[in-house]
Amino acid sequence: MVIKATEIDPRFKHVVSKIPGAEKIMLCFQCGTCTADCPIARFSDSYRPRRLLRMTQLGLKDRVLSSDVIWLCAACFTCVDHCPQDVEIASVLRALRNLAVEEGYMPIVFKELASNVLETGYAYKIPELRLRRRGEMGLPSLPKANMESVTKLFEVTGFSKKMERKT
Amino acid sequence: MPKYLFFLGCVIPYRISSYEISTRKVAERLGIELVEMPDFNCCGLPLDPVSHRLMLALAARNLCLAEGQNMNIMTLCPGCAGTLRKVNKTLKEDKGIREEVNGYLKEVGMEFKGTIEVKHLMQVLAEDIGFKKIKETVRKPLSRLSVAEHNGCHVLRPVKYIGFDDPENPTILKNLVELTGAKCLDYMDETECCGAPIIGVNDKIPLQLARDKLSHIKEVGAQAMITVCPFCHMMFDLNQPRIEKAFNETFGIPALHYPQLLGLAMGIDPEELALKDLRVDASKIVSVL
Repeated sequence: MVIKATEIDPRFKHVVSKIPGAEKIMLCFQCGTCTADCPIARFSDSYRPRRLLRMTQLGLKDRVLSSDVIWLCAACFTCVDHCPQDVEIASVLRALRNLAVEEGYMPIVFKELASNVLETGYAYKIPELRLRRRGEMGLPSLPKANMESVTKLFEVTGFSKKMERKT
Repeated sequence: MPKYLFFLGCVIPYRISSYEISTRKVAERLGIELVEMPDFNCCGLPLDPVSHRLMLALAARNLCLAEGQNMNIMTLCPGCAGTLRKVNKTLKEDKGIREEVNGYLKEVGMEFKGTIEVKHLMQVLAEDIGFKKIKETVRKPLSRLSVAEHNGCHVLRPVKYIGFDDPENPTILKNLVELTGAKCLDYMDETECCGAPIIGVNDKIPLQLARDKLSHIKEVGAQAMITVCPFCHMMFDLNQPRIEKAFNETFGIPALHYPQLLGLAMGIDPEELALKDLRVDASKIVSVL
């Protein structure tokens, strides 16, 4: 990989390390335990958590945040349990994704999940038929979420604005 | 009588009612009272990748609802359990984050106080009910059945937030399975992820992961697999025909929710346990019992 000095943002690692869960990013000494134990890396040619952590330490902000690869972590947390430096790798990946969203990158599936929650309180739109069938199956009816509160939480956490943005 | 607020989450009412139906049946026999949780919302986990802050706020709102009723939460989904447990612990221990989240909650007239606990079904069974009492409810031991278990990541990992069983060598689900009289077989890569969380971004990798698991389970001769997660269950049950087609292989391994297995051992009618709702036909294992 060729790296140009001009694409390095030396502040990036500090930005990441201020995010809860990603504090220990600079402790990564590139042993590769995360990648060796990662179930996704086993079947992916491109997902390598060790490499993403090094790129972050180096300050390759744009390359990392625009990469599709950061969205492949399944959050199984095997790497978190195995890291000898106690780096929460899966949480660093989550921090990188959150930052990618700030830059306008968000896979469509997350837009759908977010708009479902904003519309119904649930991450999936439960079909009317299914809701009606609950009675026949002997199940109590599903409680309705408090949409006023859910909408408010989207607003006060600043996420509503991010959803409006075109990417 | 142990009593919990029943946090259903999204995936179960959306697609996996058989898990809920069988849990309610089994809970009745074990004397667990499940109280419906009014106006809960998504636990927050699906949105953690896009906004950690929003996840914290959504999870905390659910925790506050339970605090208002002064009851502990029980979930069936390890994703919900893991998220609510982690946020509960973080808000109890980290003053800075608690103050930030309480700032959001104030806007909806709530405040996190840290007075309740969250448990997954497996924790309720192992810690609050106990193996002895579960064993006493078994009327028809499933001694002719050999199965394999699959835990689901978020019920075990990461250790520092969950603190339940040993993720490197989990034994609790195995023990719970063996209480039913069924044999629980070991297989390769038992603790591996099913891949489901990334299926919306990339479906090739999860299908390969699930196929590997099914192959390892088939190799040891298990007649069924036992899950405790609705997401894992979708990978192994709903997606099993798709996996068979993609890799040109036959598995035919029914995936039962743990409460379905326990319910069979309690002598509950398979119909009442919603075994017919499973995509992969489970009638051949019911017929050997």
